[in-house]
Amino acid sequence: MSKPKVATASLAGCFGCHMSVLDIDERILKLIELVDFDKSPVDDIKEFTGRCAVGLIEGGCANEENVRVLQDFRRHCDVLISVGDCATMGGIPAMRNNIPLKECLDEAYLNGPTVYNPSGIIPNDKEIPLCLDKVYPCHEVVKIDYHMPGCPPSADTIWQTLVALLTNKPVDLPYELIKYD
Amino acid sequence: MSDQITFTIDGVEVKGKPGQTILEAADAAGIYIPRLCFMKDLIPHGSCRVCTVFINGRPQAACTQPITEGAIVENDTAELKEHRKNIIDMLFVEGNHFCMFCEKSGNCELQAMAYRLGISAPKYPYLFPKRDVDATHPDILIDRNRCILCGRCVEASRDVDKKTIFEFVGRGADKKVAVNANADLKDTDFKATDKAADVCPVGCIIKKRVGFAIPVGQRKYDTKPIGSDIEAGKK
Ligand code: SF4
Ligand code: SF4
Ligand code: SF4
Ligand code: FES
Repeated sequence: MSKPKVATASLAGCFGCHMSVLDIDERILKLIELVDFDKSPVDDIKEFTGRCAVGLIEGGCANEENVRVLQDFRRHCDVLISVGDCATMGGIPAMRNNIPLKECLDEAYLNGPTVYNPSGIIPNDKEIPLCLDKVYPCHEVVKIDYHMPGCPPSADTIWQTLVALLTNKPVDLPYELIKYD
Repeated sequence: MSDQITFTIDGVEVKGKPGQTILEAADAAGIYIPRLCFMKDLIPHGSCRVCTVFINGRPQAACTQPITEGAIVENDTAELKEHRKNIIDMLFVEGNHFCMFCEKSGNCELQAMAYRLGISAPKYPYLFPKRDVDATHPDILIDRNRCILCGRCVEASRDVDKKTIFEFVGRGADKKVAVNANADLKDTDFKATDKAADVCPVGCIIKKRVGFAIPVGQRKYDTKPIGSDIEAGKK
């Protein structure tokens, strides 16, 4: 029997949650026995090659590309998990959510104390994904099956959740492993 | 008149003294009723409704309801757990709670209640309201993004410190903790040694320059759920 596949993505996140996946240390060898990685920055596979058992999403949706990737994950993954506070509640990027988008862009490209931008242009190339009005937690965009809070969630949290799911056991984490910071 | 009142909580017989609330009698018996706004030595404000229990089939706030002979109290039920989760979920989405950089994280009663109830993410859409911060005072700051309107600061300042520095203004979603009507905190005689500087259950009224002093793993609720101190006194 072929191994189940896991895919991962970093949307509006800092990659810290992916670092926390790597923080499972030598257990990564056991993980490789349990699963194959599909689309993921871990193996640099850019497009899905087939159906995946589990999708891990780091980061919320800050721009239209994040939304497209997230929808693609929902289509390809049986179980989709929000990993980290950015995915579950917007996290640090969501600090812009009560400031109008234009004010944020003006501050970043025109008015900020360290800005050097003599042409006064706010980047608008077609290649750059459009920013959303605010940063959305993943479950406000697609259905999410499990939430793993934390910034980042600890390696133990990620490990125990993954192993439970991949071995068809209930995800029943001890008190110490669900934390919001 | 008898000086002892007997009633039951989830079928367990509890004895209390006349004048005690359900919550006080339960605490003394080592039974934890989840609560947020209640604080020992302050007049119960009854605002959060997390402590709701069924008394003879009717929902009541355990922190304000006096005990009565023979009452049948339901506390630890699936229905009430759901009700409490709903309240906590709403408190999270109605404010801006960025626990990852909050000085109160690990020692916060709202966060701890969410942990105890097993909430991994609130079920309601986040509102991301615009709230203000008052950092004018040299020793204390108010970050209203995290206020849950429990009323502890209002009461402590009025009843213990006798200063009445805090008051609620506005209604509904616009309700907020104000300082002497419209002043900044620096314009008041608020001191870091006041009782009101020590009562906030969340990271709204916090002292400056003491945050993050306790390492992660050793903070109040890192390993032990909120309420476990009360449960440890179970008879
Ligand atoms: S939750 Fe924290 S660690 Fe994870 S992506 Fe967001 S900021 Fe980075
Ligand atoms: S006040 Fe509590 S719940 Fe709110 S951000 Fe701070 S630690 Fe988190
Ligand atoms: S500032 Fe703190 S103590 Fe005062 S009402 Fe808000 S949460 Fe309660
Ligand atoms: S603790 Fe009783 S209403 Fe808040």
